[in-house]
Amino acid sequence: MFIPHTDADRAAMLRAVGIGTLEDLFNDVPEKHRFPVLNLPPAQTEMEISSELQEMSLANESVRDLACFLGAGAYNHYVPAAVDAIIRRGEFLTAYTPYQPELSQGTLQTIFEYQSNVAALTGMEVCNASHYDGATAVAEAVNMAIANFRGKRNKVILSSALHPQYRQTVRTYLGSSQVVLVGGDSRAEIKTTPDALIPMIDTETALVIVQYPDFFGRIYDYTKLAAAAHALGALIAVSVNPIALGMFKDPGSMNADIVIGEGQPLGIPLSFGGPYLGLFATRKEFVRKMAGRLTGETIDNRGQRAYVLTLTAREQHIRREKATSNICTNQGLMALASTVYMSLLGKNGLRQVAELCFHKAHYTAEKIANLPGYSLWSSTTFFNEFVIRCPAPASEINDLLLDHDILGGYDLSQDFPKLENHILIAVTEMNTRDQIDRLVDVLAEVSHG
Amino acid sequence: MNLPKNLKYTESNEWISIEGKNGTIGISDYAQDQLSDIVFAEVIVSEGDAVKKGDTIATIESVKAAADVYSPVSGKILSVNEELGGTPEVINTDPYGVAWIVKVELSNPTETEALLDATAYEKLIQSHE
Repeated sequence: MFIPHTDADRAAMLRAVGIGTLEDLFNDVPEKHRFPVLNLPPAQTEMEISSELQEMSLANESVRDLACFLGAGAYNHYVPAAVDAIIRRGEFLTAYTPYQPELSQGTLQTIFEYQSNVAALTGMEVCNASHYDGATAVAEAVNMAIANFRGKRNKVILSSALHPQYRQTVRTYLGSSQVVLVGGDSRAEIKTTPDALIPMIDTETALVIVQYPDFFGRIYDYTKLAAAAHALGALIAVSVNPIALGMFKDPGSMNADIVIGEGQPLGIPLSFGGPYLGLFATRKEFVRKMAGRLTGETIDNRGQRAYVLTLTAREQHIRREKATSNICTNQGLMALASTVYMSLLGKNGLRQVAELCFHKAHYTAEKIANLPGYSLWSSTTFFNEFVIRCPAPASEINDLLLDHDILGGYDLSQDFPKLENHILIAVTEMNTRDQIDRLVDVLAEVSHG
Repeated sequence: MNLPKNLKYTESNEWISIEGKNGTIGISDYAQDQLSDIVFAEVIVSEGDAVKKGDTIATIESVKAAADVYSPVSGKILSVNEELGGTPEVINTDPYGVAWIVKVELSNPTETEALLDATAYEKLIQSHE
């Protein structure tokens, strides 16, 4: 139990610093600024406030009210009720990070299962206990690659088809470091294949980062790119949508060194943008350079299976400034949500979700591409997201769609000036045939207009 | 504490044995004892690299700590102990023998004058106790 300071404690502290009252501590703040009058409405009762907030919340339109075709990194998937039922248990929901970790065997076991699931899904050998979200996981991949080469290689190549917000996060993390970020300029040519990155790789290159499916939804096999990176001693990281791995080849089979990704599609609701889940998996040879916590399985002195935090000498509280990263925080509750989701669905269930997304998205794409004035921007294989060239600016189209209770796609012109009138449409198992046909009907109105 | 008289020591607990213009570098018995069970060692310089006195040449992890090993002298790396990565525990059992870390050709032999002899080093570590 937390026991705050008693009056006697406070009096002793005030005596020690030589002042009479707590207010004396604020003497340096001009008096008129000390207790500013707040411009607040008159006080209301709990009942009144509750009703007012309820009314305000009705102005929100969520994916429960709208047909959602917006993705671009966060996807509207079905979350089975069991996910919430399990993560709301007090033992998981209210527990803070286990500072005496081995006492929390249940927590460690779920982290171990999470790591095992993600490693299996990505085709990698080790996985950490997670990072904040997909964007920060990408930044941690850069940290790890730089640490791996100990300053001897400082160049990092970002694919122009990496999520623009991930790129920004990498810049925020590494903006003041020695790291040189190459590629990924939003004005650059984006309709290129991953082979265009190959000439950029040299012996200064620590890491090449690509996305799978890429930001525009395209699926490429990165085996050749990985081989080109390895030929010059560089590493390759692949940022994934984990649902896509239910049906497409995993990055481990392409010889990726690091697999990162946004774990939100695995049983985590959209929730206005967070909390989400940063996936991070790699090969065993890099385990000591990997940031974050790591749970291992062992046997205790009675021969029983037990879980421990392992290889902690990598971590910041021991390595201090020499650690790969100074962030060890994981998204424990969200990692648990994804573990429950993956366990409920299993390998076949995940494949079914992926196939539903794939087929519905291809149905939608074909319908839209047949409308006059609309066309598919790329002919490359895609998963559940694709770019449509439209006869009007995306913002106008999205306004019209919203009038019909449809949340339209992502307006690409906000990140890519060259993609004016281009919209990124995401389709998941949540989109019914009726929703898709309504989307197509409203889009048809624009082309007739 | 085993502190061979023929070696020179640093305040950061490395030892060096000098033969002519070449030296062999490792960490002291005191250092391995402080670290406790060593589970990982990685030499981060390669043959032919030029190092300056104080540069990090290796990283060692025990079950409770991580430590960098610094070069006591400036020079060129002649060879690194390739065995160490596979058997880091030898640093605990034989810090002055099989657990040598690198061999170096000294570029500035006068630097060794500033290093500690066994007596001075023993006094130093006693002051830590």
